[in-house]
Amino acid sequence: MANAVLLKPPDVDGPPARKRVKVKLKRQNLAGWLFVGPVIFGVLFFQLLPVAASLVVSLTNWTGLNSPKFLGLGNYKELFTADDTFWPSLKNTAIFTVVVVVLTIFIGLGLAVLCNQKIKGIGFFRTLYYSPAVTNVVAIGFVWFWLYNPDSGLFNSTLKTIGIHGPAWLSDTKTALIAVMIVALWQGVGYPMVILLAGLQSIDQSLIEAATVDGASAWRRFWAVVFPLLTPSLFFLTITQFITSFQVFGIIYVMTSGGPNNATSVFIFQIYEAAFGHGRLGYASAMGWVLFVIVGVVTAIQWKMEKRWVHYDN
Amino acid sequence: MTTEAIRVFNRAPRHIPRRVVLIVVLLFFAVVFAMPLLWMISASLKPENEVLQSPPTFFPSEFQWGNYSQAGHGLLPFFLNSCKLAALNVGFLLLFASLAGYGFARLNFAFKNLAFALLLSTAMIPGIVYLVPQYMLFRQMGWIDTHYPLWVPNVLTPVFGTFLLRQAFRGVPMELEEAAKLDGASTFGTFWRIMLPQVKPALAAVGALTFMGSWNDLFGPLIFLNSTRLQTMPIALALFKGEYFTQTNLMMAAATLTILPPLLLFLLAQKYFVQGITMSGLKG
Repeated sequence: MANAVLLKPPDVDGPPARKRVKVKLKRQNLAGWLFVGPVIFGVLFFQLLPVAASLVVSLTNWTGLNSPKFLGLGNYKELFTADDTFWPSLKNTAIFTVVVVVLTIFIGLGLAVLCNQKIKGIGFFRTLYYSPAVTNVVAIGFVWFWLYNPDSGLFNSTLKTIGIHGPAWLSDTKTALIAVMIVALWQGVGYPMVILLAGLQSIDQSLIEAATVDGASAWRRFWAVVFPLLTPSLFFLTITQFITSFQVFGIIYVMTSGGPNNATSVFIFQIYEAAFGHGRLGYASAMGWVLFVIVGVVTAIQWKMEKRWVHYDN
Repeated sequence: MTTEAIRVFNRAPRHIPRRVVLIVVLLFFAVVFAMPLLWMISASLKPENEVLQSPPTFFPSEFQWGNYSQAGHGLLPFFLNSCKLAALNVGFLLLFASLAGYGFARLNFAFKNLAFALLLSTAMIPGIVYLVPQYMLFRQMGWIDTHYPLWVPNVLTPVFGTFLLRQAFRGVPMELEEAAKLDGASTFGTFWRIMLPQVKPALAAVGALTFMGSWNDLFGPLIFLNSTRLQTMPIALALFKGEYFTQTNLMMAAATLTILPPLLLFLLAQKYFVQGITMSGLKG
């Protein structure tokens, strides 16, 4: 666009000016690329090159130490047909993702509405609600691990005082995934809350006042006026929360290492094990690409559905 | 009646009960969110035998502040590693992201749109896809078991930071830049002396989020480091679990110390955090 403006003078001034402009353009290109060059180099060298390489490696049996043999789609075939941890871990990942995405957004919306009330000291509550989101997953993993202790943990000790024998939480295959999801929710609702609070605060107050004058109840005002205006933020959150939840690793690694009996084993944990536990870099790369494709397809579907429920005012 | 008067009139009869319900709900969630952290702090100050007592008591019978000096002593080298990495990450990421952000916002050069599209496209790639090949790359480069993989790739791929700073530079009035150019300032001089000070809030937002990412990184140190002496605080905490601390009270003191720096930064720079997070929700 601006290049067109710069190209104008030659038509007016003739050849000498054209030369000058050419030199100027060259210098401009050089300056521009000096500014963005480091980052473009970084993206190419540290991200796009490794991604392309991983596609090639996924077709081999490379361990990093052997001379790799070409397997074709062998790794993918093994993953889908012979690996008995793949489908269970995919199922765990799916359950974790659906529950965490839906509940973080739902609870985050509730908290955002709460924090948008005009009341003294509301800033204190906002800060408090967001604070778990900045804590370190290893540290809070330990804290929750201790709270979940079947005998001396806070939860079961408290339950005992009212005569209930609590579950074994992390060491029971039936409750382990639930226990981990509770921690993920505790830490995960802060982000949607902040995004939705910003969404709420950007809503034109006169719209809400107009609805009030028309006699709409608070409940009706929320669903008919506020909620449609929040759908762009909600759409953004369904995309980002899905991508991050589907890649859950830290909390699983710290609290259960995938156990007991693979009850909390998620997809990334399997990739980590394959690559750095068993040294199967080719196989792990194939798993990485399967994950990439799943995330890509689901995200594409979400974009397709956008028109059906997301409301853009302008 | 004016709109305002109608609003007040509509609300008035339910005013007090509604407020009470609101405060009760707010306090309920406050307890839910604070409870695990408060128990962590309470356990970190208890004598050893009291931590596993059943039923548990919230307040320690005596405050053992010594738990902190004991845990802190063991953690110190790892605290310094984490500080070093956070400083390198924040400093260099801000430099490269603001250079690129300014370039994309205000300079014209060949293939600019292509370069920007390339940058944004990588935001969609799940991190795990390039982690395995990155590991192989760093092994070729002799970077395994050094600190380089934990900051060099991060600071050279600041996709979100570049995007946020580009938005900020676009908001600076053109006149400022033109005046500097007329005074004979070079492109870099204009960027460094005139433009950079104008986007301080965006720099603070990117810096705060980068600090968090660096401090709380788990995957990086776990995969790229082998030597204990190079480890960061969170990994050291995980290692301590088995090796040094069999005592829950010391573990909780160590956990508190690990959580403290990001929490303090969040409390001090809350405004910038919220701004940074909110900006991440904006569409280009």
